[in-house]
Amino acid sequence: MTLFVLRRIGAGLVLVAVIVVLAFFLLHFAAGDIARTILGPTASVETVTAKRAALGLDKPLLEQFWLWLSSATGGDLGRSWFTGQEVSSSIVTRATVTVTVVIGTTLISAILATVLGVLAAVRRGVVDAGVQVLSVLGFAIPGFIIAIFLVDVFALRLGWLPATGYVPFSQSIVGSLRSTALPIAALSIGAIAAVAQQVRGSMIEALEAEWVRTLRSRGLSTRRVLFRHVLRNAAGPALSILALQFVGLLGGAVVIEQIFAIPGLGQVSVQAAASGDIPLVLGLVLAITLIVVAVNLIIDILQGVLNPKVRVS
Amino acid sequence: MKDARLVTGHVSTVDQAHAASSRPRVFRRLLRNPAGLASLIFLVVISLAAVFAPLIMPHDPATIDIHAVLASPDATHWLGTDGSGRDVLSRLIAGGLVSLTAAALAVGVAAAIGIPSGLIAGYYGGFFADGATWIVNLLMALPGIVVLLAVRSVLGPSLWISMAIFGILMSPAFFRLVYAAVRSARSELFVEAAMVSGLRDSAIIARHVLGAVRGPIIVQTAILASITLAIQAGLGFLGFDDSTVPSWGGVLTDAFANIYRQPQLIIWPSIIIALTSVAFALLGNALRDELGRTTTRRRGAKGQVEQTSVTRSASLTPLEPGVLLRVAGLRIGYPNSDGMAEVVRGIDLEITRGSVHGLIGESGSGKTQTAWAILGLLPSTARVFAGSIQFDDVDLLDRSAVSGVRGRRIAYIPQEPISNLDPSFTVGSQLIEPLRSVLRMSKRQAIARSLELLARVGISDPERTFHSYPHEISGGMAQRVLIAGAVASNPDLLIADEPTTALDVTVQAEVLDLLREIQQDSGLSILLVTHNLGVVADICDHVSVMKTGQIVETGPVEQIFNHPSHEYTRELFGSLIDEDDVRPTPEPSPSRSDLAVTR
Repeated sequence: MTLFVLRRIGAGLVLVAVIVVLAFFLLHFAAGDIARTILGPTASVETVTAKRAALGLDKPLLEQFWLWLSSATGGDLGRSWFTGQEVSSSIVTRATVTVTVVIGTTLISAILATVLGVLAAVRRGVVDAGVQVLSVLGFAIPGFIIAIFLVDVFALRLGWLPATGYVPFSQSIVGSLRSTALPIAALSIGAIAAVAQQVRGSMIEALEAEWVRTLRSRGLSTRRVLFRHVLRNAAGPALSILALQFVGLLGGAVVIEQIFAIPGLGQVSVQAAASGDIPLVLGLVLAITLIVVAVNLIIDILQGVLNPKVRVS
Repeated sequence: MKDARLVTGHVSTVDQAHAASSRPRVFRRLLRNPAGLASLIFLVVISLAAVFAPLIMPHDPATIDIHAVLASPDATHWLGTDGSGRDVLSRLIAGGLVSLTAAALAVGVAAAIGIPSGLIAGYYGGFFADGATWIVNLLMALPGIVVLLAVRSVLGPSLWISMAIFGILMSPAFFRLVYAAVRSARSELFVEAAMVSGLRDSAIIARHVLGAVRGPIIVQTAILASITLAIQAGLGFLGFDDSTVPSWGGVLTDAFANIYRQPQLIIWPSIIIALTSVAFALLGNALRDELGRTTTRRRGAKGQVEQTSVTRSASLTPLEPGVLLRVAGLRIGYPNSDGMAEVVRGIDLEITRGSVHGLIGESGSGKTQTAWAILGLLPSTARVFAGSIQFDDVDLLDRSAVSGVRGRRIAYIPQEPISNLDPSFTVGSQLIEPLRSVLRMSKRQAIARSLELLARVGISDPERTFHSYPHEISGGMAQRVLIAGAVASNPDLLIADEPTTALDVTVQAEVLDLLREIQQDSGLSILLVTHNLGVVADICDHVSVMKTGQIVETGPVEQIFNHPSHEYTRELFGSLIDEDDVRPTPEPSPSRSDLAVTR
């Protein structure tokens, strides 16, 4: 098991390295004359040259990369070209907000999707048809449209929940729950749809396995076989889909944060992208890749716990 | 299991043949599928509106009317005007062209990259496949919208560049689909035959392999179109599309910015985006259903069955002394497209205490169905619609009564050993679970009993097997584990469904010896389902010969072997010579020391 985890961590680090290298070079190649872009067309050639030197852009690209990499490994991702803020600190505070929302969404989706998927697989009939309809709608309707609808109904018309803003958990638990309820609901629906569908499918497959009959022939109750054995075997594929959904949720959060004015990674991403702030964009790519790799690692370990065959392969 | 597979397998082969012969008619069937037809009509209308936008737009979508900012719907502006006083309906119609073309671009790029690379990787495998799979995992690790934002930060706001890049990000969806399909198609016989007959690779791919993945590709295209529209609208919503061209996302952004002043504006762009997305997704689903019609069709016949179900003779009569189990007039059927396929057609069977009763017949003769019916473990689609099964004083067709004796007085040994152990649990935990929850033993008692049972069934290192997972033990070992689990409760009746068929010939003999030994030690009765006359000769006292759901002959083994009265039984003996895995009857059973060597 230790070897398995170490190998997974190694693969994750390789992934981070490849993405960061790609991002660095593609961004710098594509950017053109960055100093000119920052200062605008009216700036004199001298100021542009000075700016270029100040940002270190006059050095060869490989040297620039080496400088960035060596300070990045020490936790220093440079400063934003426009606000002068430290990239690492502005990302860390925002990342906690986004991760809170996305992890909340993941947990809620996992629970609800399991309940719905199991019901659909076991009961079939009307329940199954309902889950199917929900899956298509949840899959096809973009999360931000659901978000707008939720804001319209629950914030503007009913006034039950705040339309915008974010209250940190440390500040007020109730306030935090109230402020994240709508964003989490909006993000969850798509994830629930996808994961419930997978839970249903793999439950049906596991229910058809021959060992189900054998376990029942031993006198075990249907309920026991269902929850202790079938669900456990169905959990593996569902977890894989959940991991994919998590990546999607991080993307979805970008738009959702915009709607609910939540100060998370999404907001910084939009800012950074709109202004062409390369250090900030690089920092964001690194941060998001790290989050994805960490979550995948957790899911891989869970897979290993669930499925003895995963551990050896 | 084999019998059930044959029943369902039969239905699906017929359906597949049907599907294959009518592939071109899938489109016509799609038109008869309500969801498919509705989405198709909707998408056609939307596309036509987009193509003919200049002709049908009531206003110029770019004309700003500062006197009519955020106007409510009226006769001139049917859907009102936006924050700059532009006509919303016209902007939605014009935006349709942009949105749909951009979606087509993204899906086109994804297909152009994903399908050929999937074909090549799947067909040739090797280095290219490894590399491609690695890149696919890389692409799937990043949220698409973040990549698009990063691209936007250096290349500026171009919808077309964004969509082309999104196409690259989506290409894994096609790659994975095609790769998996080609991998499985490649091992099909017809592809191998084509390769052997010297057809060029490109011809094989084009003619045989691509045909197999065409349907799934169309389905995937519709689904990706749905995803693209959502992402595109999201980008527009973030303000990342060209503000010079009207788009659905842009209309939505404008409406959201003015949500407090003119709330109704949000409705139309939301509806059009949601409906188009849903239409693509529904079209994809409908196509998938129509391409693989097997499952839905079978479910359709269900209603008919329930009407004909359960007219069984209910009253229990005491069994004669010495008789442990009596099956009388048992009929089992499965619903299919013609109503009901009867697999067991009125059989009578009696098992006396302490005897081994063989139930022999070819695959599909209904013997496994009979065994499952006795255990009360028929598949949920099966219907017992006549007859009775009486075990001692228990009515086994009564669901609650059968669950009281199952695992206590009646036990089961399945055919395929490995697939009958839950792969997620150790052998030990699967053995102790019923001991604890059914027989109410303490944990320590259960562990001790399990180890004792494992030793009893001839496993040389019970401790180690106890802690192994099913995939870590051999088939013969797994069958011993299953026997141990079956006899754990000291049952009166053991139902063994082809317990040796899946095993190597040497192991078969050992397992039969073990079963005989256990039977003689504990005096239990065995119903042994088999297609192998050698097995019957080896171990059974009585035998019933089954053919197409009926018992054609029954009696003591010597009598049937020496004087088979039914023609089918004689045929069985005749075919005996052809079977190579049959053990000739007179062969002496191997001694214990021989077993140790072969193990």
